[in-house]
Amino acid sequence: MELSRRGFFKVAGAAGAGVAASRRSAEAWQSRAPADPLGCLVDLTRCIGCRKCEQGCQTVNHLPEPARPFDDLTILDRKRRPDERTFTVINRYFPGRRDERDQLVPTFVKVQCMHCQDPACASACIVGALTKQANGAVHYDVTKCIGCRYCMVACPFEIPAYEYRDPITPRVMKCTFCYERVEKEGKRPGCAEICPVEAITFGRRNTLLTIARNRIKSNPALYVNHIYGEHEAGGTSWLYLSGVPFDRVGFIDVPHRPLTQLAETIQGALFSYLWSPIVLFGMLSGIMYAFRNKGDRDTPEKGGGK
Amino acid sequence: MSAHPAPIRAPFWTPGVLVLAFLMAAGAVAVLARFIGGIGYVSNLSTARPWGIWIGIDVASGVALAAGGFTTAFLAHILGRHYYEPVIRPALLTAMLGYTFVVLGLIVDIGRSWAIWKPMIHWNFHSVLFEVAMCVMFYLNVLYIEFIPIVVERFKGRVNLPGPFAGLNNTVETLLGLADAILPKIMWFFIIAGVVLSCMHQSSLGSLMLIAPTKLHPLWYTPLLPLLFLTSAIAIGYPMVVFETTLATTSLKLDPEMQVLSPLTRFTIFLLGIYLALKIGDMVIRETYVYLLDGTAQTNAFLLELILGVLLPWLMLLSPAVRRSRRWLFIACTLIVGGVLLNRVNVFVVGYRPPVSENYYFPAVTEILITAGFIAGLMFLYRFFVAYFPVLNRPGQEVSA
Repeated sequence: MELSRRGFFKVAGAAGAGVAASRRSAEAWQSRAPADPLGCLVDLTRCIGCRKCEQGCQTVNHLPEPARPFDDLTILDRKRRPDERTFTVINRYFPGRRDERDQLVPTFVKVQCMHCQDPACASACIVGALTKQANGAVHYDVTKCIGCRYCMVACPFEIPAYEYRDPITPRVMKCTFCYERVEKEGKRPGCAEICPVEAITFGRRNTLLTIARNRIKSNPALYVNHIYGEHEAGGTSWLYLSGVPFDRVGFIDVPHRPLTQLAETIQGALFSYLWSPIVLFGMLSGIMYAFRNKGDRDTPEKGGGK
Repeated sequence: MSAHPAPIRAPFWTPGVLVLAFLMAAGAVAVLARFIGGIGYVSNLSTARPWGIWIGIDVASGVALAAGGFTTAFLAHILGRHYYEPVIRPALLTAMLGYTFVVLGLIVDIGRSWAIWKPMIHWNFHSVLFEVAMCVMFYLNVLYIEFIPIVVERFKGRVNLPGPFAGLNNTVETLLGLADAILPKIMWFFIIAGVVLSCMHQSSLGSLMLIAPTKLHPLWYTPLLPLLFLTSAIAIGYPMVVFETTLATTSLKLDPEMQVLSPLTRFTIFLLGIYLALKIGDMVIRETYVYLLDGTAQTNAFLLELILGVLLPWLMLLSPAVRRSRRWLFIACTLIVGGVLLNRVNVFVVGYRPPVSENYYFPAVTEILITAGFIAGLMFLYRFFVAYFPVLNRPGQEVSA
């Protein structure tokens, strides 16, 4: 192949200069979590499993009518997950505690997007369609989405669902934290507003953490000493209090370090300011130039292969 | 010595090609169904399992198996080992077609296929996938540019468009002449860019799963994922060339090119050795060998991948007799190709365990048909290109080494 040696050298030199200019000390990973977002505290000891929150969610988010009505509590006989038609579901567990008449006491668990402080889905999203808002919501912008579903791979709670049956314009579906209602109308999320027993407290995350700690402190017999979401996945905007250990009522163990940290640290170290491709380009240019005449051998070195 | 590639005139519609055409037709029907009924209509993908074989095979393995393109370009063009020139063009063709089908596979897999261009204007620098997408996009174009000289060689001075297009003959001829005059002077840039872009996204494909520590089985989940993906891609480059050249020269009854392939695989001993050492070292340091005998599907897939796909062929290649034997070299290289393919499938499909749902995934028939159709389409186009473009060496023109 014929190469333009002079042009070659120019670019190689420029590449080297570019490296010198753009290289700087590696920056430690930094959380991009909002300082004091809004959130919700769910107190599992208060929840009575009435499914009003599911209904409120369906109404304010204009979701499709469910196949079975919301007052049909037999649906609790099996475990459900949020899906592309349902942003939140209530599941019933019998963790083993019995009441005075020797009946198993149920614990009801509301499941929805946890609205992580450093959401893995938002870090993963190829186009930035998912973003952590200042008010705490992990917000989905369908106009950017290409449907790669990397957010679903990234989410440690398996929350984002997908409209797999839509051939052309499917959407990622998950709890919106009623972003518009909260941000523009100053209202509470649909589920928190409708809850008849105040199992869902809406407010600033720091305030909610204080409330949660006070509840544990003032009634240590009722609660396990753990606020799920305080540290899980680096912290979430939704927080849970429970009377039974969380692993007995469907909560999974999630690393306390934000899930974004390792991926972003490695990716940043390798590619910030594109230093590595620039260095590699410069090195390869140098090698190519150095070997421009020497390499033109007709036979491979002696030994082995032939 | 220089290669003398030429179009291979052989009967085109052989039984093998008919089988390919049949698979392509079946795949096309399944693709049609996907765009009528949605992804859910043709696949077993779910909330818990958002990525299946389309990502594991069509995309991740497709990218890995196209590594012959940049590894041979590095050897022959950057290190100047022109001795290996005869395998450059077939490797380039495989890479070009491979990446083309990666993009086609993505168009089927992503929900909003028509929005595939959006990452060009909506950038998320934190997203590993964003970097992969940018690199694949640029590299695909680099591959097309690298292929232009072959088109020029075939048509320059012979442009004869059919019927109504005949008026464009001169214009096309001028364009080809222009390409012929400019490209040789700037091709070095694209060759190096191709290697750089490949290193970037081959490694980043591994970084994709770093964000899911609770989902990927510990046998594969390691901070070394990007390095393992890069080294395995580099290691698979030459075996893939052997695999694909042997298939092509056998079915087209051409010179087996053993005098090029045998020495080529000596590099593989070193390159595959690095990958093997990293993989075993990583397992020892993270103490994941404790899983090795637990008998789960994941563990068995890992053992298969490591022993049959890396260790055994590496030991085989150590023997000069294996490297000289066409049959044994092909077997060893096929094992390596299969091993890396299995690795990609393991990382994206087998090793993926949703933490909440007990969700078993096996691809639907239509899902498999689409993947099979794409692979058949790739092979069909390869066959087409070698028949009409100077890619492979014509029999009898082989220059002795």
